[in-house]
Amino acid sequence: MKKFSNSYMMLYALGIAAIVAVLLTVVSLSLKARQETNIRNEKMQMLLATIGVQSERDGVETEYNKYFKEELNVAVEGEEPLSVYLFEKDGKRGYVIPTKGNGLWGKIYANIALAEDLNTIVGITFSHDSETPGLGAEITSESFCNQFIGKKILDEEGKVVSVAVIKHADVADMHQVDAISGGTMTSNGVSEMLLNGLTRYQEFITSERKEATNE
Amino acid sequence: MNSTRRKLITNPLGKDNPITVQVLGICSCLAVTAQLKPAVVMALSVTVVVALSNLIISLIRKSIPPRIRIIVQLVVVSSLVILVNQILMAFVYDVSKQLSVYVGLIITNCIVMGRLEAFAMSNKPWDSLLDGIGNGLGYGIILVILGFVRELFGRGSLWGYPVFEKIGLYNIGYENNGFIIMAPMALILVGIIIWIQRSKEQKSQ
Repeated sequence: MKKFSNSYMMLYALGIAAIVAVLLTVVSLSLKARQETNIRNEKMQMLLATIGVQSERDGVETEYNKYFKEELNVAVEGEEPLSVYLFEKDGKRGYVIPTKGNGLWGKIYANIALAEDLNTIVGITFSHDSETPGLGAEITSESFCNQFIGKKILDEEGKVVSVAVIKHADVADMHQVDAISGGTMTSNGVSEMLLNGLTRYQEFITSERKEATNE
Repeated sequence: MNSTRRKLITNPLGKDNPITVQVLGICSCLAVTAQLKPAVVMALSVTVVVALSNLIISLIRKSIPPRIRIIVQLVVVSSLVILVNQILMAFVYDVSKQLSVYVGLIITNCIVMGRLEAFAMSNKPWDSLLDGIGNGLGYGIILVILGFVRELFGRGSLWGYPVFEKIGLYNIGYENNGFIIMAPMALILVGIIIWIQRSKEQKSQ
C-alpha cells in the first residue's frame, strides 16, 4: 500500500471539502428561485382548494389573485402573528385560517375556510408530512373533508369549540365529524389541531363579529 | 460490451441482488414503496447516487489516503445526495415531499457505501460506473415490484390512477387491503420474493 504523509492527508481533506462546498453553493443558489416558487405555488393551490377552486400549477398565481384579496396578520402577544386570508367567491366574502398540529408520525396542516359569519365552515383541506398512506393519510381525501362543510366552530356565546373528529359521530351535531377507521391517532391529532389552532384566533373572531353586528 | 462487463449490470438484477441476496437497503425499501411513483423516483435517485459515487471514487481511488477513505467516500456520497434532493425539490416538488427524509437517508443506505468499499476502491472507472448502475437497478427493480403490488392491492390504484374503481371491482364487493400498505407487509413481500428467487435458483443448479 502506498504511503501518504500527514500533510498530504490534511490538504486532501481540505481540498475535497472546498470543492464540494463551492459546488453545492452554486447549485443551491441557482435552484433556489425555482424551489421557492414551488413552495409558494403549492401554498396558493392549497388555499384555492380550500375554497373549492381546483387549479393547475401553472397560472395558479392569476387564479389566486382572482379570489384572494388580502392577507391579514393578527398580532398576538408573545407569539408570531397569525395569518388570515380574506377571499371573495361568487359574491360572498369569507376567511381562510391556516393551522398546524401533530399527527401520528409528523406534522399535519389544515386550511379552514369560514363564511362571513366566521362560524360556518365552507371548506377545509388537510395536508401532512408522513401519515400512513391508506390510513391516517386519508385525512386529505375528499370524503373526509366534505364532512366538515356546514359545521360550526363556535357555540352560542361565540366561544370557539371547534369540530371534533370522533368515532360514531352524530351527523346532526354541528361540532362532530366521523373519524377515519384505522387512523385514530391521526384523527385525534386533527381534533386537537383544529381546537388549538382556532382557539388562538378567538380574539380576532370575537372582534370581527362585533364589528359586523355594529355595522 | 464483453460478458464480464455485462455481468456487472445483470448480476445485481438477479443472483447478486442487493436486497434479496445481500439483504441491504431494507429500511428505505419498506418506507417508500406504499405507492408506485415514490418507489420509482427513489429507485432512480439511488441509481444515480450509486453510479456517480462509484465513478467519482474510482476516478480518485489512487489519490485517496486509505486512513481517511471512509470520510472521503461519505463526503462524495452526501454531496451527491444533496444535489439529487435539490434537483427533486426544484423540478418534481410533489414527489420530493412524498419522499421527504428518505432522500437524505440515501447517504446511510448500505448499498452505496458497500459498493464503494467492495468495488469502486479497487476497480477502473468504467467498470465501477456499470457496477453502480447495476446495483442501483437491482435495488430499484425490487422497489418497483413492491410499489406495484402494494399500491394496486392496498389502494386499488397505480401511479395514482384508480384502476380497480374504473373496472368496477368495488361494485362486486371487493375491498382494499389496508394491511398491505403498512411496513410489515413490505417485509413479508420481500420475503416472498426471496423465496421465489431461491427456489428458482435451486432448480437451475
